[in-house]
Amino acid sequence: MDVLGNYKSVISARSTDKDVLKKSQDGGIITTLFAYAFEEGIIDGAIVAGPSDEPWRPEPMVATTKAELLAAAGTRYTISPNLYLIKEATRSYGLDRVGIVGTPCQIQAVRKAQLYPIGMRDVDDKIALALGIYCMENLSYQALEAMVEDHCNQKMESVKKMDIGKGKFTVYTERGAVSQMPLKLIHKYVQPGCHVCLDYVANLADISSGSVGSPDGWSTVFVRSMKGNDVWDGAIKAGLFETKPMDQVKPGLDLVKKLATEKITKNQKNVDARKTVGLKADGTPKGLRNPYESP
Amino acid sequence: MAEKISIGELHLSGCTGCLVTLADNYEGLFKLLDDYADLAYALTLVDVRHVPEMDVCLVEGSCCLDDKLSVEELKEARAKSKVLVAYGACAAYGNITRFCRGGQWNQPGHESYVPISEVVDVDLYIPSCPPCPQEVRNVAVMAYLLLRGNDEQKKLATAYLTPLMQLAQRGNEACGCDLMYDVINQGLCMGCGTCAGTCPVRAITMEYGKPNVNRDLCIKCGACYSQCPRSWFNFDVMNNYEGIMDAIKGAMQ
Ligand SMILES: Cc1cc2nc3c(=O)[nH]c(=O)nc-3n(C[C@H](O)[C@H](O)[C@H](O)COP(=O)(O)OP(=O)(O)OC[C@H]3O[C@@H](n4cnc5c(N)ncnc54)[C@H](O)[C@@H]3O)c2cc1C
Ligand code: SF4
Ligand code: SF4
Ligand code: SF4
Repeated sequence: MDVLGNYKSVISARSTDKDVLKKSQDGGIITTLFAYAFEEGIIDGAIVAGPSDEPWRPEPMVATTKAELLAAAGTRYTISPNLYLIKEATRSYGLDRVGIVGTPCQIQAVRKAQLYPIGMRDVDDKIALALGIYCMENLSYQALEAMVEDHCNQKMESVKKMDIGKGKFTVYTERGAVSQMPLKLIHKYVQPGCHVCLDYVANLADISSGSVGSPDGWSTVFVRSMKGNDVWDGAIKAGLFETKPMDQVKPGLDLVKKLATEKITKNQKNVDARKTVGLKADGTPKGLRNPYESP
Repeated sequence: MAEKISIGELHLSGCTGCLVTLADNYEGLFKLLDDYADLAYALTLVDVRHVPEMDVCLVEGSCCLDDKLSVEELKEARAKSKVLVAYGACAAYGNITRFCRGGQWNQPGHESYVPISEVVDVDLYIPSCPPCPQEVRNVAVMAYLLLRGNDEQKKLATAYLTPLMQLAQRGNEACGCDLMYDVINQGLCMGCGTCAGTCPVRAITMEYGKPNVNRDLCIKCGACYSQCPRSWFNFDVMNNYEGIMDAIKGAMQ
């Protein structure tokens, strides 16, 4: 399997909706696609990372209006357990067609829930659109707080946007300050679960998107499944995106491929190294669990 | 169409929720019975008194050691079926029957309820309370492909069923605690929220992105553990999700 997963097409794109672009992290792909899917009746609601009572701590939310989607737009570099609502969305919210956005691991969870619906009654055919966002690693809320407040010297509540790119973690404050820290310093804060992750660009999503590979303010979009293809074609026909061919943008697909390869190679090594973490009394290796081999 | 496989349900100490789950496939159940499987044995649904030979036997409920008939029937079902499935949480993990300690009308002397793997070898687990109709359907279609399909179908079915067989090898304990032991303590949890979303009794909440299990609420159904993408994940099957889902949908049309 290719590090970029199966896909039908890849393209650089940006939303044509100014309201979305004001709020979104990159090209506003996710918010625009969900808004379009509402309009067309492809989904009745979408599980997104909504606001919570603490600054920059996302809380999974079922959005059923464009205003709610806009409130949840942008990236929070900390865990938002979006799958928490997946069954609930079909119950308390009564949705028949659920949209969900998630990091690659969350999209893996969605597909496992569909293929092996062990505790996920009546969920499999109600997942109408699974959108993925690229992800190199994720952080606990406390780790994010330490980075913003200790390394970047900004209060969480004063931050307007956070961004990762060009080797730096950057925070922009409401009052116009910009603070940065080198990405290599965040490694000790990364949640351990990310060290065994073998997916960078949400290989199992219907459509997945991230900033890497495209110019600032634009996104690199992989259209992956039949369903993703239909939705993407419809959104393009409706004029919701400006697009550029991937081979005409900088830094281009090679960078995506490079980062994906780096992540997967490094993490595969971590998975393998777990086999020999300790030793038994007789000197044979005493390993940790490998979730990709057996329960 | 190849010959059908035979499926039975052996009812031990369970609440019949698992059997009802089978019926919750609605017209899907008719399709399964028309094309893929004969229902060889099932309390209340089939008029067969004694455990017959079967390809697949779904065992619902835990086994009460104080009930000789249960123990005997379970052993007989094991001997007479090619594939024995712990169907639902009571059979697989004991579920709420783990909390039984006798003194109940109308069998006050019945107090030792164990997951069926404590009495016989089990081939495959379908955990959760109740199990999901769609999972039973998927397993039924895959069992059909495994026993009656061509080489390619056998390969797919084996890949699909392997983790459920490995769950049976893993043991008969699973509850919210196992998430702690086998996922979080092992440095594998990434906070997706699946466990909390799947728990039928809402025993799990997500605190700052990580699961917190209220052990007093947990009924030991094993759903959280088996649904967690970090308890097991098979790329060969999952990467092919579109094809497999289409195939199952196609088989049910
Ligand atoms: C932890 C993390 C790491 C990332 N790493 C990379 C990377 O290495 N390279 C790269 O190109 N892109 C990365 N991204 C993705 C990128 O930041 C954007 O989310 C993506 O480009 C989508 O932008 P957009 O403008 O299209 O979407 P928007 O319209 O802004 O919508 C984003 C959607 O994502 C949801 N969301 C926000 N935070 C989370 C979260 N923590 N968990 C789940 N859902 C969330 C929002 O609710 C919203 O619906 C990362 C994202 C996260 C959360
Ligand atoms: S690195 Fe992998 S495990 Fe960690 S949040 Fe991102 S997709 Fe999930
Ligand atoms: S925590 Fe919930 S899902 Fe997990 S075993 Fe207990 S009851 Fe079942
Ligand atoms: S399902 Fe597994 S990986 Fe996801 S939050 Fe629960 S324990 Fe963590």
